[in-house]
Amino acid sequence: MGYVRPTSLTDALTCLAGNDMRVAAGCTDLFPATGHQHLAGNILDITALSALRGITNDSDHLRIGATTTWSDIVQADLPQGFHQLQQAAREVGSIQIQNAATIGGNLCNASPAADGVPPLLALDALVELSSLTGTRTLPLAQFITGPRETGLASGELLTALLIPQQSTRGRSVFLKLGARRYLVISIAMIAARLVETDGQISDAAIAVGSCSAVATRLKAVENELIGQVPSPDLVHRISDGSIRQHLAPITDTRADAPYRNIAAAELVRRALGQLLADHQQEAA
Amino acid sequence: MTPPEAINLTINGEALSLPPRPGRRLSHALREDAGLRGTKVGCDAGDCGACTVLMDGDPVCACLTPLIQASNRSVTTVEGLSSETLSPLQEAFLRHGAAQCGICTPGMLMAAAALLDTVAQPSRTQVEDALGGVLCRCTGYQKIVDAVLSVGTPSEKPATPDAGRAVGARIERLDGTRKVDGSEVFGADFWPQDAWLVRAIRSPHHQATFTFGDIDTWVGTHPGVESVLTAADIPGTNRFGVIPPLADQPGLAESRVHFRGEAIAVIAGAADAVEALDLSDFPVNWSPATEVLTTEQALDAALIHPSRPGNILINGRVATGDPDTALAGSAHVVEASIETGFVEHAYIEPEAGAAWMDGDMLVIQACTQAPVMDRDDIAVMMNLDADKVRIMPAAAGGGFGSKLDLSLQPLIALVALKTGKPCRMVYSRGESMASTTKRHPGAMTARIGSDADGRITGMTFHGDFNTGPYASWGPTVATRVPVHASGPYRTPHYRATTRAIHTNGPVAGAFRGFGVPQAAILQETLYDELANAGGMDRLEFRKRNALHDGERTVCGQTLHGVGIAECLEALEPRWHAAAAEIRAFNKGSAVRKRGMGVASCWYGCGNTALPNPSTVRLGFCADGRLKLHQGATDIGQGSNTVITQICADALGLPIDAFELIGPDTALTPDCGKTSASRQTYVTGKAAERAGQALRAQILRLSNKGNDAKLRLDGHNVLVDDGQTTQSISLAALPVDEFGYALSVEETYDPPTTPLDEDGQGVPYAVYGYGAQLAEVEVDLALGTVRVVAVTAAHDLGRVINPLLAEGQIEGGIAQGLGLALMEEFIPGASENLHDYLIPTIGDMPAIRSILIEKPDPEGPMGAKGLGEHVLIPTAPAILNAIHHACGARITKVPALPHRVLAAIRQAGESA
Repeated sequence: MGYVRPTSLTDALTCLAGNDMRVAAGCTDLFPATGHQHLAGNILDITALSALRGITNDSDHLRIGATTTWSDIVQADLPQGFHQLQQAAREVGSIQIQNAATIGGNLCNASPAADGVPPLLALDALVELSSLTGTRTLPLAQFITGPRETGLASGELLTALLIPQQSTRGRSVFLKLGARRYLVISIAMIAARLVETDGQISDAAIAVGSCSAVATRLKAVENELIGQVPSPDLVHRISDGSIRQHLAPITDTRADAPYRNIAAAELVRRALGQLLADHQQEAA
Repeated sequence: MTPPEAINLTINGEALSLPPRPGRRLSHALREDAGLRGTKVGCDAGDCGACTVLMDGDPVCACLTPLIQASNRSVTTVEGLSSETLSPLQEAFLRHGAAQCGICTPGMLMAAAALLDTVAQPSRTQVEDALGGVLCRCTGYQKIVDAVLSVGTPSEKPATPDAGRAVGARIERLDGTRKVDGSEVFGADFWPQDAWLVRAIRSPHHQATFTFGDIDTWVGTHPGVESVLTAADIPGTNRFGVIPPLADQPGLAESRVHFRGEAIAVIAGAADAVEALDLSDFPVNWSPATEVLTTEQALDAALIHPSRPGNILINGRVATGDPDTALAGSAHVVEASIETGFVEHAYIEPEAGAAWMDGDMLVIQACTQAPVMDRDDIAVMMNLDADKVRIMPAAAGGGFGSKLDLSLQPLIALVALKTGKPCRMVYSRGESMASTTKRHPGAMTARIGSDADGRITGMTFHGDFNTGPYASWGPTVATRVPVHASGPYRTPHYRATTRAIHTNGPVAGAFRGFGVPQAAILQETLYDELANAGGMDRLEFRKRNALHDGERTVCGQTLHGVGIAECLEALEPRWHAAAAEIRAFNKGSAVRKRGMGVASCWYGCGNTALPNPSTVRLGFCADGRLKLHQGATDIGQGSNTVITQICADALGLPIDAFELIGPDTALTPDCGKTSASRQTYVTGKAAERAGQALRAQILRLSNKGNDAKLRLDGHNVLVDDGQTTQSISLAALPVDEFGYALSVEETYDPPTTPLDEDGQGVPYAVYGYGAQLAEVEVDLALGTVRVVAVTAAHDLGRVINPLLAEGQIEGGIAQGLGLALMEEFIPGASENLHDYLIPTIGDMPAIRSILIEKPDPEGPMGAKGLGEHVLIPTAPAILNAIHHACGARITKVPALPHRVLAAIRQAGESA
C-alpha cells in the first residue's frame, strides 16, 4: 500500500480493513520513533478526511474530531469545563507541536505522560471507534489499557471523542509539573473539574497523569468532595492516602516514585484550592 | 488514492513540484530536493525546533511534517524572510547579537515571524511562549527576546567605528548576516554532487567483544550499499586522541568496544538507499561483557588499557604549605562531598561533514573546533603526510568543547580515501549524544578552614573524575582542577589531588571549563558554610579572601591584573538590595521562598603549562584588498569579530577594510584550537602583533612616525602624519609567495613554565575572573527551583566587544543553570533532547552583566579570556541561593525537584 491519504472515511476504513496500516495524523509521535527521513511501511494518513477535524455539538455530546489539533482546541470557544483541556493543550510540546499534533493521536499513542488524557478523563470522554462494520463507543478509561496499549481493534479507526453534555459543566483546571518550562514531559499532572449545584459540590472529576501506567481518576477523592459545601478549607480534609491509593508511580530519570506520590498530592490540593478559591471569589 | 506524480506546494511564494515521496520529512525534502538548506535539523523529533517553518503562516517542525501534508499549501522558510535586504526581524537579530553560532537562528526567526505576524508589539511573555519550542545552546535567549521585542521600534544601524576605535565598540558580529539569512554553511549543508552517504554501525553495549559475519553476502542483499569498511581497512595507525602521546581511541573498534555508541564499521553508498537501510540485520556477533560505569567500581575492575593500572589514566596534584596542620589549627573547618553527572554539550548541530579527494589531497569539510589537530590525527590514521590532508572547517553549530575531538572525520576520511568517492555523513541526535564526549562526572570531597577573622587557613581537595574508556581530555581535567580548586582566593596551605579514571561510560572530554565548574560547586558551597560558621556575610567573606595583585596562587605564581575583588565589589549594591527584597518576599510567602547566593570564578587561559601558540598572517593584495588569515575557529563565540577588532586597531585601519580568510588548513596558519578561553587572548595577541608589524612596515616604507594615520584608496595605502600624505602603491610592489604585496606573519605563545611534582610553577600567563549573584525561588512543597535573576560581574581586562561579551555571559549562565538544575546524561537512557533537558527560553532569569576592566599586563590591549569563566560561578551561586532560601544543601547535581525536596525535608529534620 505504501503511503495513502484518502479523502473519504469509507476509503480510509476500507484501506484499514484487511491491511496492516499505521495510522498517521500529526506525525509528532511517528517521526520521532523512526531514525529515518521518511515514514516507512504502510501508512494511512487521515489528515485529508475533513470530517474528522473540528468541534461540534449535539444534544447529547460535544464531539471533537480525532484530527482536531491542540491549537484548534486552544482557539475554540468552549465551556468552562474544558478549561483544563485548553490549558493542557498549551502544554503539549511547543506551539509547533500543537499546530500539528492531534487529540486522537495523543490517545492512540497511549503514553502514560500524554497531556491530553487527564483532562479528557475528567471530562468523562468516550472514544468513537469506526470500522467498515460499524461504530462503537468506549469510555476513555477503558480504551487506554496500558502504556502504549489501547483497545483499538483491527480495522478500527478512532474517529472522534465524545464528551457527554452533562460532563461539560463546572469549572476546571490543569496543572503540569516538569523540570523545565517548555517542551517538557511531565513528572506529574492533574486535571480537575468541580460542579456546584445549590451550594454543594454535585460532581467532582479529578485525574492524575504520569503517576501510574495509565492516567487515572481519583474516585476516593471525588467521593470525599461530592456533597460538601465548597470552601478552600476542603483541600486540607483530603488525605494523602485517598490520593495515593490510585497511584502506582515509577522511578525514572525525571523523578523518583516517592516524590511523584508527594507531588501528585500537592498538585491535587493546589488544583482544588484554585477551583475552590475561584468559587469563593465568584460567590463574593 | 493513486499516488501523485508530484507534490505541488508553494515555497517562499514560488510554486514548486517536488518528487512524490509523501512520507518524506518536509525538512529533508526542503534540504535535499528543493535545495533550501537554511532550514536546520537538530533532532528529527520535535525537541529542538531548529527546523521550524511556517505552513500557511503557522509554525510547525518541518522534521515532523510528511511532505504530502504540505501539498497545495504555502511554506515559508528562512530564505523567504529576506529579499534584497534583510527583514527588520533579521536586522534586529544582528543588532542585538541574537545569533551566535547561528544553528538555531532559522528556527527562532520563523517562530518569531509567526508571532509578529499576529501580534505586532508582543509582550515578553508572548515572545517566550512563541519561541519556547526552539532550543538555543549559545545565547541564553535574552538577546533573542530583546531582538524580537525591538522589531516594532526601528533603530539606526550603528556606524562602523573609525580607524583605531574598533576595540571596545559594540559592533555586530562580522559573520552575522549569513547566520540570519540562512546562508551559513554548517557541516550538513555542503556536499559534492552525488556524494555517497556514510552511516556507522555502533555498539549497543557498554562493553563487548564482537566478530563480523558475512559482510559480502549482506552487501549483496542490500542494493545501494557500495562499500563497507572496518578497522582492517584503516591504512595508518588506528588510534586518535587530542593528546598525541596518549592517543588510544580507535576510529573503528577492532574486536572490542568499551562504550555504548562506539563505531565498528561504516557503510557507504547512494544517499537515498543508504539512508533507508535498516541496519539491524548487519552481520555482527556481539558478546556483551559486564560494564563498569562508576569510578568506584572501575578501580578494582578489569583493565580497559593494560598499561594503566587501577584504570587510572592520570593523577593530578597541586600542594603548598602544610594544609593538615593549618586545618587542625583553624577556628572553623567545613567538609563536604559533592557528586556531578555526565553533562551533554547539546549543541543544536549534530556532527556533520563531507570528505572527498582533490587529486591526492584528502579534503574534509566538517564541524570542528580544532582544524590543525584534526589534520594531524587524520594524517596518522590514514597514513598520509599532513600536507596531503586539508581541513576546511564548516561553520560549527555550537561546540563547547566536544568538537575539539574527532567524531565523524575518520569515518568519512576512510570512505573518501578507500573508495575515491566523495561522501557525507550527518549524525542523528541519538548517535551524536551516545558517541561524542561529555563533561566529566566528579566525585569530590574537600575540607576548608578559616581563622576567627574569616581568613582562609587551608584547604584539601580530592576529586575522582569519570573519564570514560579513552583519554580524550581527561588529563587536562585532572591537571586543571587542582590548579583551580582553591577558587580565586588566598589559600596559604593547600593540597588538591585528582584522578581521571577509565570506565565504560561515554568518553568524557572537554566541556567549557575542563572540570573547574564541578570543583567550583564544591569549593563555593563550602565557602558559604564557612562564612556562616564564622557568622560572616557571605559576600564579605569572599572579598576578604580574594586574591590581589602581587599575591601568590596555590601554584606559587605571582599574579598581576587580578580583578576578582572588583567583581565582588560590583555585586555589592545588588547583594544588599536583594537581601532586603528577599526578606520582604519571604515574609509574605509560605510555600515559595526566595534566596540569594554568590560564587566566584577564575580560570587560566590556554593550555596548562604547555606550549600553545597562534600564528596570524595579514597581508595587502596588490589591488588593495586587506586579508586577515584568522585561524581561530569561530564556533559562535565571536572570534571572527573580536580578532579583527584587535588587529584593526593595531594596524590603524577600520574593520570594514578587512577581508577574513578562515581556518582552512591549506590557507591559514595554525591558530590552535578554540578551547581554554584562549582565542581572544592568544590569537588576539598574535593578531595585535601582526597588525603592529604590518603598520611598522608601512610606516617604514613611507618614512612616517607612529602617530601617522593610515587610509586605503584603491591600491594605494595613504599615510598621513598631519603634515604630508605619503602614498604607497601596492600595485607597484613585488608579490610574495602568498600573493601579497605586503604581508606579515606573527606568532604568540603564552609564557608559561612546566609544573613540578607539587604543581608549582606558572601554568597560565593570563587568568580571567568573575563573580555571580543568583536569586532563586524555591517551592518548598514541590522542590522546584526558579532562578529569578543573575547579576554577573566579569573582569575581561579589556572589553573588546561588549555585545559579544554579554552574549558569552548570558549563554554561560544558561549552561550553568542547566548543570545546576536539570542536566544529567545517563548512557542508554537519555540519548535525546526530551529526556536530556537543557534550559528553554522560559527557564532563564533576567541577567545583568557588569563588565570589569582590570587590564592584564600580558593580554592584547589588556584583554583576558571569558568563554568558560562565565559558566563556572552559576551552578554554585544557584545552589547557595537554594540553601539560603530553604536550608537545603544539595550534594548531587542536577538539583532535580525530587532531590531538592528530599534535601528540604532532611534540612527540616536536622533543624
